[in-house]
Amino acid sequence: MHYIEPHAHMVSRTTDDYERLHLAGCRVVCEPAFWAGFDRSSADGFHDYFEQITRFEPKRASTYGIAHYAWICLNPKEAEDLSLAREVLSMIPAFLERPTVLGIGEIGLNKNSNNELAVFHEHLTLATRHQQLVLVHTPHLEDKRKGTQLILDAIREHPDLAPERVLIDHVEEHTVRLALDRGHWAGITLYPTSKCSVARAIDLLDVYGHERLWLNSACDWGVSDPLAVPQAMREMRRRGRTEKDISTITWHNPARFLSQSPRFHLPE
Amino acid sequence: MNKQQVTELYFMDARSKLIELAATLDRLDRADGEADFRWRCLMDCLPILQDHAPEKTARILERMSDPTPSPIAAAGEKGACGVWPGYRGKTS
Ligand SMILES: [Zn+2]
Repeated sequence: MHYIEPHAHMVSRTTDDYERLHLAGCRVVCEPAFWAGFDRSSADGFHDYFEQITRFEPKRASTYGIAHYAWICLNPKEAEDLSLAREVLSMIPAFLERPTVLGIGEIGLNKNSNNELAVFHEHLTLATRHQQLVLVHTPHLEDKRKGTQLILDAIREHPDLAPERVLIDHVEEHTVRLALDRGHWAGITLYPTSKCSVARAIDLLDVYGHERLWLNSACDWGVSDPLAVPQAMREMRRRGRTEKDISTITWHNPARFLSQSPRFHLPE
Repeated sequence: MNKQQVTELYFMDARSKLIELAATLDRLDRADGEADFRWRCLMDCLPILQDHAPEKTARILERMSDPTPSPIAAAGEKGACGVWPGYRGKTS
């Protein structure tokens, strides 16, 4: 069965991973802009990174039969320096014109600070002005609950942003309802220790249904597994879920959300 | 799934995780020094496992979360440690 990996940081992965993803049935990967594990020293560092995810990665992915799309932003971990953030924000509109860019993401909060929140608002304004989809990163561990609430309240201050054009990612049991109740989509991230295990992710699908949820591996340079989505598909089969259910969650749902961008096309 | 199916798929895994937790707490007991505040939070979560109310997972995650509503003045560290640092001063 073919599936979409809607959140993967392929710049951190080897070409072998593309090959294994393709063998496992992945036909589309989406790469949100994120933190490199260290702070970039200038706006030029971001420029080169945006080039990489909009030009180099699509080419690398296509060699392995995978369509590659990107999201552009300044990630919240680097939002503390407001002058650098604004310099990077001013570069974003040009990248939104690229043929494989789906929207603004992954924006959000990390430690729930005032500056992170200010930069989040500026991204939302940009998304509204350029009619872009929004992909939101919610904070880690003990910061997630509070951060999710701050994020949802901030989004509400941008009434021109349609809730169904915003996906709140990395939801867990204590935040999924908050996101869905506001009319947003929610992403469940499958991580070996933090975020959700495969079993818990399917529990969330059992409880909250299939309407506006997707699964992703969010594989990056940290502890993560690029094949987490096919692992979840296998677990759904073990629990007796139908093939139709599995493809709803791993193909049709991401396709529904992403197709709100005119740049997204399902592979033939 | 019925309860028998859940048992077949997940009992051995749950048993193994419970024993790992017990072994970790034994290891902590044998170790010198003060226990980090996060262990106290973890112990405070254990009664949730034994009550008869639903949503145990969400309630444990809530217990470990920062309950304050306002943004912080500035982000210092980028990482999270697993339990809200304010739990240090909190009485269980
Ligand atoms: Zn990510």
